[in-house]
Amino acid sequence: MESSEAIWRTVLLLDYNTRLVVLATALLGLASGLIGTFLLLRKRSLMGDTLAHATLPGLSLAFLLFVTFGGSGKSLPVLLLGALAGGGLGALGVLWIRKYTRLKDDAAMGIVLSVFFSAGVVLLSMIQKIPGASAAGLESFLYGSVASMVLTDLYVLMGAAIFATALALLCHKEFRLLCFDEHFALSQGWPVRRLDAALLGIVTLITVAGLQAVGLILMIAFLIIPAAAARFWTDRLDLLLLISALLGAVSGWLGAGLSAVLPKAPAGAVIILCATACFILSLLVGRQSGLIWRVYRQTQLKRQTTHQHLLRAIFEMTESRPESAVTQGALAARRSWTRRELCRGIRRACKRGFIEATASEEWKLTPLGIVEAIRLTRNHRLWEHYLLEYADIAPAHVDHNADTIEHVLDPGLVRRLEARIGKLYPKGHGMTPDLPPSPHQIAQSSERSSS
Amino acid sequence: MTWLWLDTWIVVVGILCALSTGLLGNFLVLRRMSMMGDAISHAVLPGLAIGYLLTGERTSVWLFIGAVLTGLLTAFFTTWINRNAKVEHGASMGIVFTSLFAIGLILMVGAAGNVELDASCVLFGAIELTPLDVAWQVSLGGVVLEIPRAALVLSVVLIINLLVILLFFKEWRLTSFDPDMATANGFSAGLMHYLLMALTAVTTVAAFEAVGSIIVIAMLIVPPAAAHLLTDRLVPMLIWTALIGIASALLGHLAALTIPPLFGFEDASSAGMMGVVAGCLFTLAALSTPLRRRT
Repeated sequence: MESSEAIWRTVLLLDYNTRLVVLATALLGLASGLIGTFLLLRKRSLMGDTLAHATLPGLSLAFLLFVTFGGSGKSLPVLLLGALAGGGLGALGVLWIRKYTRLKDDAAMGIVLSVFFSAGVVLLSMIQKIPGASAAGLESFLYGSVASMVLTDLYVLMGAAIFATALALLCHKEFRLLCFDEHFALSQGWPVRRLDAALLGIVTLITVAGLQAVGLILMIAFLIIPAAAARFWTDRLDLLLLISALLGAVSGWLGAGLSAVLPKAPAGAVIILCATACFILSLLVGRQSGLIWRVYRQTQLKRQTTHQHLLRAIFEMTESRPESAVTQGALAARRSWTRRELCRGIRRACKRGFIEATASEEWKLTPLGIVEAIRLTRNHRLWEHYLLEYADIAPAHVDHNADTIEHVLDPGLVRRLEARIGKLYPKGHGMTPDLPPSPHQIAQSSERSSS
Repeated sequence: MTWLWLDTWIVVVGILCALSTGLLGNFLVLRRMSMMGDAISHAVLPGLAIGYLLTGERTSVWLFIGAVLTGLLTAFFTTWINRNAKVEHGASMGIVFTSLFAIGLILMVGAAGNVELDASCVLFGAIELTPLDVAWQVSLGGVVLEIPRAALVLSVVLIINLLVILLFFKEWRLTSFDPDMATANGFSAGLMHYLLMALTAVTTVAAFEAVGSIIVIAMLIVPPAAAHLLTDRLVPMLIWTALIGIASALLGHLAALTIPPLFGFEDASSAGMMGVVAGCLFTLAALSTPLRRRT
């Protein structure tokens, strides 16, 4: 149990050696979660991938130049500057292709990614031939190794993450406009192209900052996964940004903590798998559009629909002879519901006291059920009359149209419908003075059961 | 610069790779799935790792099968997340391939102990080494041809791709340009999608093994995109793709031999140079067609 204790010590920042690493990675996750949200909303998630690959030639060129002029090639600021330049050039390349050719975003990103990475591979192959200059330092940029970071690296990473977060928060209003309505922003005189470039600039910055920790290839996951996971929790941008940043920070925190305890496993991979776990969890239980909630809401809606259809069906079949009962066979013939659906609906309605059995397989509405059924039927018919009057739909078709909408009519809308439709039909019809007559023929229970 | 038989074979392998991937790339570009090559190239890692763990060999059919299966899984998961979780296509692709890549890295490093099956060897490949792995010797009028394994594998892949494209040309054209109309006319867009994905997975994996992934990703997109700038019609686009692919392979290897000496290096990665030349040809194509501003 020594290892589990070690994990807890690391995660809870009790371990001095890893405290800074874990904090830095969490900050990186926070920043990339924040910025990744904008990328996701702009449907440019793979841009991070492209930029990450585009940093390779810049990185290698900086290394080469540095070696040529007598350095060891391992100076981090120089390498990062080179990477930044490469990423920036890649971003410009994508924007250029998008602007001047008819190719779409995906092709632009694919082209820049592969061509820049090819150039990087060429330069790397040349670096490897330099006697004495080992390219081992560059390897860590590909797969990421938190452990190899020294104190200054960590400060650079934290500084970049904080800077990127601040920038993203500062331009938050402009980016929101860019993401949701580019053309509106354009028409309002916003410098959309420059904002686009600024967003990509911040993405480049954070990508370069993260290269050393999680590696070139997996940096993109940090930009995409927290943002995509946060979408399952909310629809509002402010909350989205907050949740995404939080998820990013948590994955960075846990991932860095875990990989500090498991030194053999590549850090980038561990961090990304933590993010993936967050994503899968959100996909399942996310409050806004997680799978479990969606299925739950759908079943609830379906149950309610069946219930309301059932009450209205019984009511309409016995409208001319109130208090009479209908057989289950007649009910089954009335709508295209399955036997199981009908049985369940009947059982639930019985339990809630809306209908009661008069004989075996024969049902009638209770007084409570009649009140509810009149309300439902009224909604249905009000909508039918509305469609007839205002939407010019044939009487034979309104029933089906009203079927789909009647379950979601709220009281306010019903009152407005009454105000409009109320004067169109005669008052005081039958036993229910408030109920409009049906605009089409309704099969009565006696006709059905006798046939 | 001295040109050897070796160099001829490198160019031939490069051309075969460009042709077999470029043909499929046309359909990927038209369907706006250009990043699929990159995604598959990363996502096959766990397949390779599991194949390696099961057999303990670096080159076996099981590795190939594992890689193709994970490639297909990538396409399947991407579509699933896209449809059921309502995550945008690019993002769902990104989620799937990075997660699979991470799993692959951990499997390889964690379970295989020392990394005999090196990740960077999968990613970069070595087209320069392909002529050394001779599969077949033929003597033609006194000249002994030593056909490399990569050339053989890629030829088979190319022939399969050509056959499938000829067989399903009408369907793919229709589903690429107008999937809704294709569905309305009774062609299954979904089936064609997965057929294309399966073929892409097989081709990319076969080509990675032979020449490394970067040249495959480049040849999958760049020549078709350049061809798309030059023409609107599918058949000329396929022909342009082939021409640009051939030119990239030939000029790329030449450049790899001639340009580095100018800076005092012996030579550079041919695969990388082929990608760079393809990029240059793309820029040429973009500049030679009337540029237009999109608003």
